[in-house]
Amino acid sequence: MLHFSKWKQFGILLAVLISIIVALPNVLPAKYQDMLRPYGLKPMTLGLDLQGGVNILLEIDRDDLKKRLTEQLVGDMRSTLREGKIGYSGINRAPDGVRVRITKPEDVDKAETELRKLAQPVDAGGLFGGGTTASLFDVKLEGQQVSFTFNEQGIDSKIQQAVSQSIKIVEKRVNPDGVVEATIQQQGKDRIVVQLPGVQDSQEVKSRLDRTAKLTFQLLCEAQPTGQGQNPPPECKSLVMKDDPAQTMWVQTSSRATVDGADLTDARGSFDQSNQPVVSFRFNQKGAERFGKLTRDNVGKPFAIVLDDLIMSAPRINEPILGGSGQISGSFTVEETNSLAVVLRSGALPAKLTIVEERTVGPSLGSDSIKAGFNASIIGLVLVVIFMIIAYGLFGIFANIALLLNLIMLIAVMSFFGFTMTLPGIAAIVLTMGMAVDSNVIIFERMREEWRNGRSAMSAIETGFKSAFATIFDSNFTALIAAVVLFGVGSGPVKGFAIAHVVGILTTVFTAYTVTRYIVSLWVGWAKPKEVPL
Amino acid sequence: MKFKPIRFIPDDTRFPIMRLSRFGFFFSGLLSLASVLLFVFVGLNVGVDFKGGTVMTVRTADAANIEQLREQVSSLGFGQAEIQEFGSPRDVLIRLPAVEGGDEAQQTTIAKVKEALGPGVEFRSVEVVGPKVSSELAEQSILAVVFAIGGILFYVWFRFEWQFAAGAVLSLLHDVLITIGIFCLLRIEFNLQIIAAILTIVGYSLNDTVVVFDRIREYMRKYKSMNLADLIDFSINSVFPRTILTSVTTMLALVALYAFGGEVLRGFTFTMILGVLIGTYSSIFIASPVLILLGTVMSEKKTVTEAKAAAAARP
Repeated sequence: MLHFSKWKQFGILLAVLISIIVALPNVLPAKYQDMLRPYGLKPMTLGLDLQGGVNILLEIDRDDLKKRLTEQLVGDMRSTLREGKIGYSGINRAPDGVRVRITKPEDVDKAETELRKLAQPVDAGGLFGGGTTASLFDVKLEGQQVSFTFNEQGIDSKIQQAVSQSIKIVEKRVNPDGVVEATIQQQGKDRIVVQLPGVQDSQEVKSRLDRTAKLTFQLLCEAQPTGQGQNPPPECKSLVMKDDPAQTMWVQTSSRATVDGADLTDARGSFDQSNQPVVSFRFNQKGAERFGKLTRDNVGKPFAIVLDDLIMSAPRINEPILGGSGQISGSFTVEETNSLAVVLRSGALPAKLTIVEERTVGPSLGSDSIKAGFNASIIGLVLVVIFMIIAYGLFGIFANIALLLNLIMLIAVMSFFGFTMTLPGIAAIVLTMGMAVDSNVIIFERMREEWRNGRSAMSAIETGFKSAFATIFDSNFTALIAAVVLFGVGSGPVKGFAIAHVVGILTTVFTAYTVTRYIVSLWVGWAKPKEVPL
Repeated sequence: MKFKPIRFIPDDTRFPIMRLSRFGFFFSGLLSLASVLLFVFVGLNVGVDFKGGTVMTVRTADAANIEQLREQVSSLGFGQAEIQEFGSPRDVLIRLPAVEGGDEAQQTTIAKVKEALGPGVEFRSVEVVGPKVSSELAEQSILAVVFAIGGILFYVWFRFEWQFAAGAVLSLLHDVLITIGIFCLLRIEFNLQIIAAILTIVGYSLNDTVVVFDRIREYMRKYKSMNLADLIDFSINSVFPRTILTSVTTMLALVALYAFGGEVLRGFTFTMILGVLIGTYSSIFIASPVLILLGTVMSEKKTVTEAKAAAAARP
């Protein structure tokens, strides 16, 4: 049991050496860290709770997405039926879809065929292998009524699309200059987690995330409301002014009277002639043409600049705007125009994003936590080391060497795989120190027992290791179960604890058993003990 | 070696564990019952992780006037604000309940509190958890504890016999229950960190238990004629020095963490310290003595499975 083959010895020493090298960047000054980085050697990634920063969890608003898809469908249905010269009476929106009644029975077949084309097949992710394509809507014919109902699978696929799209847009919004080390990832089915290390003020970031930034230019309706609570005429929509929420205006909703802001190529915060902050924008060619046509055909009429269903301003078209650029005014502050410009450049989100969780840690608390964690680790280590020497003497020193290697390996694994170290992660390391020596305690107590039962020193030492192995394995494996389960729960910091704990358990089994056994075997070979010094 | 290690537990110490375990059962039963009553009638002081809301830690320029802060924050109309000192007289923890109006509405709280407290106050950390996420976290946490205990049940069952698994799980439930009871009693905030601590305790307590079980199994093969009560007694006493020493080293690390690890970790560390104490106790006085209660079934099973000397040796 105490014999190690040449290869085994080599393996152990190699593992220890590699660990030391990989863990090294964590204690080097920044200058040397940068030198080692090209070789894949880097210090541990610190979590936001240690570094300071903002962590925001966003969720795609499912209802908002449905609402938009419904709006779009209604528009498409209208134009389809109009083009097919099919009479219909009323398009009804329900929470789960849209229904339309065809006036003449003889039109029903044609209407159904035409309308079915709007069902929008989606890629359902190929869950069922070949051929099963889901549609966004299930189309059903009941008498003279054609009903479109949302297909849950179709919606899920749209959500997935929206998430991927939103991630790109969010990236542009939180990090327009690409200078921050932002992490933006999908979490679960419909969520996006945004992590911004070093950012202190979450307010600014949030103001860019929680607006959809859907920009449109829409002509105003002929009729305008004269009092409160009036219903707009068909193909008109009632919207509120940004500056005065009490004032509403009716804007035309037809696509002929609308230019979509999705065709913007650029947007900047600037000032107009009277030195008021405005956002200047420029259309791409397609947008410029549409905008030019709209303004040419409607000189003298007012139009509304609408952002996220709020009218920013409603200027009169004095002359055709053919150059494809313009300004948005609306009594902004300079900060607002800059932020708005970033948001407009990034494009509109496919659906509203709701902030469902936010955790921000200031840099001063972060560095306090690092200090506290470091102090606690050192003091904990010293206490355990002293105790082990008092309790086990020479063997205690062996255990302490193994413990130090354990910590080095733990840090090496965390660094190498880029696992994030959080404050609870530090707690896990400290805990690992306390619990790692357990394996040594089991072994040493066993040796002592065997020796007192009359075995020779050599035999007692061997049996100690041999009998203790099953116990060490079982006890660590059960701890591992709990730690792995913990990994599945919760966010950020707690995950950090779970990772460090799992890694700690794994390195413990290697160092406390194998490394200690190796050290003891070297000592036995050298000292040829007649008694067990325990 | 001139230096002689100190024996903390004298050799051949024999505690009459089985005799003491009768009091242990009574004592633990009482505590468990009290915990259930506390949980039902007093309840946990659930943190924002599980019920939603806002929690922030702020640092004021001079020693904070808690009463004044309470007034300032309460006047904002977000409901009952909880305000307490957080580690030093200048550091204050502010907890606000979840406001009506879903996830979006939570966002308004931070800005308003910042405005109300003015520029002299440093916001060291802010956490806002919406109602949706918090209910998910609560659900996941309960599931996690259940899964962990379930996983352990199966592992111990697989490695030992079902009586051992039952004993282990019973003592784990005992640990979790009493920890929760103490949380109800002391009104300490129950959050995700505490769940992490509880799961770690589950792992730790089990670690202790498995070490004893291993020894019992070993002695069952070795001393086939010994009666079960004596055998369990002997096993627990054999590993007793190890149980105590490991608890001491773990405790040393935890105490260092509690004293120097900062305010943020204090809840976690406190729970762990509590858990190590309860876990050590339960692995000695609950997990193994329970085997006696289930023992008759085991000896029957043994006669079936290992129909060799085992059956004949039993008196």
